[in-house]
Amino acid sequence: MTDEKPLIEIERTITGGDFQSAGDVSSELKRILQQIGFPAAFSRRVVIAAYEAEMNVVIHAFRGVFRAWIFPQRIHIEVDDEGPGIPDLELAFQEGYSTAPPHIREMGFGAGYGLSNMKKCSDRLEIDTRVGEGTKVIMDFFLNPDS
Amino acid sequence: MAVKIRDLVEPLEATVLVAGDMEREIRGGYCGDLLSDCIAHAVEDSVWVTVQSHPNVIAVAILVGIPCVVVVNNYDVDKETLDRAQKEGITVLRTPLSAFEAVARLSALGIPGKKRREH
Repeated sequence: MTDEKPLIEIERTITGGDFQSAGDVSSELKRILQQIGFPAAFSRRVVIAAYEAEMNVVIHAFRGVFRAWIFPQRIHIEVDDEGPGIPDLELAFQEGYSTAPPHIREMGFGAGYGLSNMKKCSDRLEIDTRVGEGTKVIMDFFLNPDS
Repeated sequence: MAVKIRDLVEPLEATVLVAGDMEREIRGGYCGDLLSDCIAHAVEDSVWVTVQSHPNVIAVAILVGIPCVVVVNNYDVDKETLDRAQKEGITVLRTPLSAFEAVARLSALGIPGKKRREH
C-alpha cells in the first residue's frame, strides 16, 4: 500500500447464516461507488465480487468482517472470516463445485460460482485459508487495469 | 416502442404483489434461479423471471439494477421479500405461468434477452 489516502473506508460485520441481511454490505458499497461516480461497468464488477465474498461468509462461516478502502483510482477489499476454511482451493475455484448444503442450494445460493466470479471480476485476488480457522479474501480493483 | 413495467402485467396474467415505479422502462430480460448466475450475467433494467421468492432475490435485484421480479408458477412469496421490495421500490409480480411461458410472452412484447459481457 502506498501512503495515498482513501476517499472512504468501510468496515462491516457479516453474520454467518443470516440470509435476511445477506447482500446488505454489497448494496451499501454499490450506493457509495455510485455516489462517488465510478463508471457503471467498474462498479458492477466490484459489487459482483463483493457480493460473492459476502455470501461466502453468510453461507459457510460463523462470522466475518468486510473492509473496503476506496481510492480515486482503485479499490481494495478484505473479507476475513472465522469459519471452516477451504481444504482444497483448486477444487473450490472450479465452476460448479460447491460444498453448500442442499437447503442452501435450493435457494439458489452456493451454486459453485463464487470464487470464479471473484476471480473474473477482480484485478488481483488472494486467498489465505486455514482449515478449521477461517479464510481471508483480498481483492484489488483498478479503474485502469493496464496503467 | 418502449416496454414499461405496467405493460408486463396483463400478458403475464400476473398479480402485482408490490408496485414499484410501474412506468419504468424494461430494456432486457433474464431468466434463472441461481443467484450467482443472475448477478454475473443479468443486465441492468431487466425483468427477472425466477422461481426464487426469498428476500435475497431483492438484494440481488438491487445489486444488478433490476426493477421488476416475476415469480412464476404462483409460488408463495415471503413477507420479508415483499417488505424489502416495497422499501427498495422494486416491483414484484406473481404469475401462474411457467418460466418458459412467461419468457415467451415477454419475448413477444419485444423484450430482448440481454447478457452482461464478462471481463
